[in-house]
Amino acid sequence: MADFNHEMLCVLSGFGGQGLLFAGKIMANCGLIDGRQVSWMPSYGPEMRGGTANCSVSLSDDAIGTPFITKPTALIAMNQPSVEKFAASVQPGGSIVIDTTLAMNGAEGVQLADDVTVAAFKATEIAEAEGLKGLANIICLGKLWSLDNFCEREVVDAAISKCVPPKRQHLLEPNLRAFQLGIDA
Amino acid sequence: MANENKAQERVLMKGNEVLAEAAMRAGCRFFFGYPITPQTELAAYMAKKLPLIGGTFLQAESEIAAINMVYGAAAAGARVMTSSSSPGVSLKGEGVSYMAGADCPGVIVNVERGGPGLGGIQPSQSDYFQATRALGHGDFYMPVLAPSTVQEMADLIYDAFDLADEYRTPTMILADGMIGQMMEPVLLPPERDPESLPAKPWATSGHGNKREHNVINSLYLSPDKLEETNFERFERYEQIKEKHQRQELMECDDAEIVVVAFGAASRVARTAVREARAQGIKCGLLRPITLWPFPTKAIDQVIEGGATKFLSVELNMGQMVQDVQLAVNGRATVDFFGRTGGVLPTPEEVLEAIKTVAAGEPVQQSAAPGAVGSLLPHPQHRKSSYERGE
Repeated sequence: MADFNHEMLCVLSGFGGQGLLFAGKIMANCGLIDGRQVSWMPSYGPEMRGGTANCSVSLSDDAIGTPFITKPTALIAMNQPSVEKFAASVQPGGSIVIDTTLAMNGAEGVQLADDVTVAAFKATEIAEAEGLKGLANIICLGKLWSLDNFCEREVVDAAISKCVPPKRQHLLEPNLRAFQLGIDA
Repeated sequence: MANENKAQERVLMKGNEVLAEAAMRAGCRFFFGYPITPQTELAAYMAKKLPLIGGTFLQAESEIAAINMVYGAAAAGARVMTSSSSPGVSLKGEGVSYMAGADCPGVIVNVERGGPGLGGIQPSQSDYFQATRALGHGDFYMPVLAPSTVQEMADLIYDAFDLADEYRTPTMILADGMIGQMMEPVLLPPERDPESLPAKPWATSGHGNKREHNVINSLYLSPDKLEETNFERFERYEQIKEKHQRQELMECDDAEIVVVAFGAASRVARTAVREARAQGIKCGLLRPITLWPFPTKAIDQVIEGGATKFLSVELNMGQMVQDVQLAVNGRATVDFFGRTGGVLPTPEEVLEAIKTVAAGEPVQQSAAPGAVGSLLPHPQHRKSSYERGE
């Protein structure tokens, strides 16, 4: 098959409400701050009202062709259907982060490409234990960043600051803490 | 951190929101609409922001009501727009025809979804015929601009208002669910004061008995008079065809095969053409930006440059391919590949179609005008389905 490699082609997938679209928005803002080409493409069907939801984020130095990613270089999967749907399509050398709180089987039984790094850990459990309920998405993003440095660390911090709405500034510190927890996990 | 200055000015926004923001910056102060996926963010953005700059947002009781409010505001000289998605746009057809008949400028946005009927909500381009041929009854066309990036959502709607005013015609932005829903960085155009825009001496804007009253009307009971107005309108259409064809050419200079694609399909085609080039196929992309007028001069140009094969790639069963055939007029082969119903082809599928055309395989089956059967995707192109979002 042809290789349509961009520098960062990430699929973020899970249940609606887990915050994958928001995590994708942070990643897209990293590209924006870095002055790169960026696209963020959400699923916008009934999924976003409670089924599986996913988004594709491309960061590239060339004009981006299709924003729908068929061969990701990175994947965050927060439920089992997402692992089953996307893990096998991750390109050789790519990175996969799986939240095994819900995706209990991890990447078990999935035929992965060569040299794919899998980080499977209980992000939702960690979030709840740390009083960061609802921030497992950011923990996963932190983990992915530790595997695939898609930008400099201060760029991520700036992107998180940008994405937390002004009216909810009290959530900024927990988001930054969740990101660090992901790196350390 | 390359290109730091530029990065400072860019904002990350959804395509639908950019349409709304850029329209306001172009001087639009009136919006009438009705919600429908995948277009609703546009109306929601207008509802929030338009009143803050002294504009009027009104959610009408239906699409039909909305387009007639647009007609009224346009007659009074306002910069006005409406937006919807495919089934809702069908409802606006009558009003758009009246606007064309009465020479009223306005902008109509269609963020297309799959059809026919209620269809689906995923991206589609199956309203190409409707937009470029017959959105309403009667002898008329309207300029149709097709953005392929979020940046173009801003640039083209800005231009659409000017085009509408200059030629006194309804003008359409034909987008799709993909460009509407995605976020990309965008440099927003400068804000314009509506007062600074060219005057509209024909508008029914009140005159205090200082001049003859203006009439806005699309009813002409005398056939001679109606023919005269249609002739006059078609003279304007000729000027638009002459001056406003727009397209992007990528890798076309030495291309033997030219892929023709617009909007969402052109994004997929761009990826496929790049890969075809990497594999040594002399392939280029002709991306129409104006669908009406269709960029026939660009087709001439690539044929003169040596193109012998055209492949129209669309999110429908083969609509624009007919305009490609008309423009090519027998000078090269014309083939078609498309997916429909809201399914987006993968770059791999399009690459496969390019290779098939390069090998000359389906060329003898290439579509002749009216030969609908031959417009079906070749069976080998339909094997790998990429079911997005499920």
